[in-house]
Amino acid sequence: MRSHRLISATFIVLPVVVAVLFTSLLVMLVGNEPGEVFQTVWMGAFRNSNALAAVVNFWRPLVMVSMGLVITFTAGLWNIGVEGQMMMGAVFASWAARSLALPHPIQISAEIAAAALGGALWAGLAGVLKTRLGVNEIFGGVGLNALANLLAIYLISGPWQPPEGGSAHSTTPFPANSLLQPASTEFPVSMVALGLAFASIIGVTLALRGTRWGLQLKATGKSSASARLMGVPTTRSVISAMMVCGMLAGLAGSYRVLFTYESLRPLVSGGIGFLGLLVVLLAGIRALWTPFIAFAFAAIMAGSTRLRVSLQLDASLAGVLQGALVLLVLLSNGLRGRVVEWSDRRAAKQAASVSETASPGARHE
Amino acid sequence: MNNELLNILNSTVANATPLVIAAIGETLNERAGVVNLSLDGSLALAAMTGFVVGVTTGSAGLGFLAAAIVGALVALLIVVADIQLKQDQIAVGFVLTLLLADIAQFLGQEYAGMPSNPLSPVRIPGVADIPIIGPIFFNHSVIVYFSYVLIIVTWLMMFHSRPGLAQRAVGERPATAFARGTRVNRQRLFYTVLGGLLIGIAGASYSLAIKPGWSNPPAMRGDGWIALAIVIFGGWHPFRVALGAYLFALLRALSSAIQRSPDIQIPLVLLNMLPWLLMIGTLILVSSGVIDRLLRVMPRPAQRWSRNFLRSDPPAALGTRFDPD
Repeated sequence: MRSHRLISATFIVLPVVVAVLFTSLLVMLVGNEPGEVFQTVWMGAFRNSNALAAVVNFWRPLVMVSMGLVITFTAGLWNIGVEGQMMMGAVFASWAARSLALPHPIQISAEIAAAALGGALWAGLAGVLKTRLGVNEIFGGVGLNALANLLAIYLISGPWQPPEGGSAHSTTPFPANSLLQPASTEFPVSMVALGLAFASIIGVTLALRGTRWGLQLKATGKSSASARLMGVPTTRSVISAMMVCGMLAGLAGSYRVLFTYESLRPLVSGGIGFLGLLVVLLAGIRALWTPFIAFAFAAIMAGSTRLRVSLQLDASLAGVLQGALVLLVLLSNGLRGRVVEWSDRRAAKQAASVSETASPGARHE
Repeated sequence: MNNELLNILNSTVANATPLVIAAIGETLNERAGVVNLSLDGSLALAAMTGFVVGVTTGSAGLGFLAAAIVGALVALLIVVADIQLKQDQIAVGFVLTLLLADIAQFLGQEYAGMPSNPLSPVRIPGVADIPIIGPIFFNHSVIVYFSYVLIIVTWLMMFHSRPGLAQRAVGERPATAFARGTRVNRQRLFYTVLGGLLIGIAGASYSLAIKPGWSNPPAMRGDGWIALAIVIFGGWHPFRVALGAYLFALLRALSSAIQRSPDIQIPLVLLNMLPWLLMIGTLILVSSGVIDRLLRVMPRPAQRWSRNFLRSDPPAALGTRFDPD
């Protein structure tokens, strides 16, 4: 069994090394020094408390989306619509930020509630399309993503356009009373939002481990047909999983408009929803690993925004590194399975031949 | 028919071509039971590769070849990860969707906006002079004619040949096909790589013919998903798949024509939403059993041929792994 542990360790290190080598190769192809690029990304993420705050500000929406996706993956759903759910959360939060004027704590609570509602409704729509009308959640999700983004563009260039004239760029910044407040100038992160993120990590982990609902999701995810035969309300499981994920995605989207950009923009989700799918795939749908992987991905994302400024390189390199990592981990999981199978077979063969030589008379008894 | 309408229809056929080729490619592997979800990324990477090779060598042919190889390699990766490494096709395909698009954007950054000389239209003598049909269908670049041939050849292969029978058997009842001596996984490997080859060609047909050039972010992002939806809309049948691609392209052409005309006032956003609403609407139509109910109320003689054409059940073993052991 020691050999199994050695094999496991090898297949954890291997994909990371290969992903870094692959990314380095691409960097060299466009004529840059890989060492310099990785250093730029590292410094971009960790050079001081402001840079670290930028990482946390990516991590916060990313981890919330990812925790939501742990739920949908557990229920066996590919919630590609998560980007659109973030957008709807952002749109609903923007509506509350623009049209309500309440005392600050109530105002913020109302915006957050609106964001959760927006995301949950959009996700629920994908869930109903799947369960009632048979539309695969992947394609329903892709369509709903595009529609949510077009809705935001419509609002930005139409009813919510800045008074100085129609630009499709962004709405007017929201009033200060509607915005989440940073903790300090050295570490500009919203503690309220951070608290919500930790609550969602703990909440999702507990819900999946210790509740009846969590068990029903697992049963639905393993085999929807047999779960239904066992009396699990699978339709309700699917729709509720989607809506809880949508709620968390909506909250993630609200952070982008109420803190990061202080206004509504097209594609305000910034690909964070899709990145969340990668995070959860890399974590193997384990709730406990998800926050840490999300942090590493947020660091790569925040750090690589420096690439354009200091090296004139496209920031899509972050996506290359992240995508290569996830792909290679999937492939190496498969390879590990094959190697374990092969080494077990060899061990069994050896054991058989040893027992044969040890007791030569055994066969004649 | 006035000239403007002819122009719109002509450009519709051209704009539909990458979708036709990509969706037919995907139909080939899905009929054999394998989903290549990576289309949106594969198309981008193939378009970038085709453009860069085409521009640096000065030969569009080499560009198409390089793009086809890229598409085939991606497909090979998906099918090997599925058969040999037992990894989920959807997961691998989705990761590739994002990864390949980012690779394309990163490696293509220096080529963005670079001028190129796209394939020029070739008039086919004789048929090009037929009124209406000629100007719409037979005044295009070579790649468009390739797509016509592809539709017909795929249909003949799939429904009127022995290999096509084996291909569909592998996608519908792999265990039965295996018992009758078909090498299921070898068939799946073959059709997935073949499909990937076509997806690569579709990618290059954007950057070398239909929307010549390369831009960051890539101009065709989103089309991969539309092509995947068109395969479902088309009920995995080459003719219907092609029809779906032309319908989508027509809708786009109409919306940009309306946008240009001063007398019709429809919010632009609504027009941009139309293709996606149509996509969801058609998926509801084909997935929710409405068509089955429609077939049941039709007169009996009409039922048989319309069932063949309107049937839209996915291949029964689509997306599942087959283990011969």
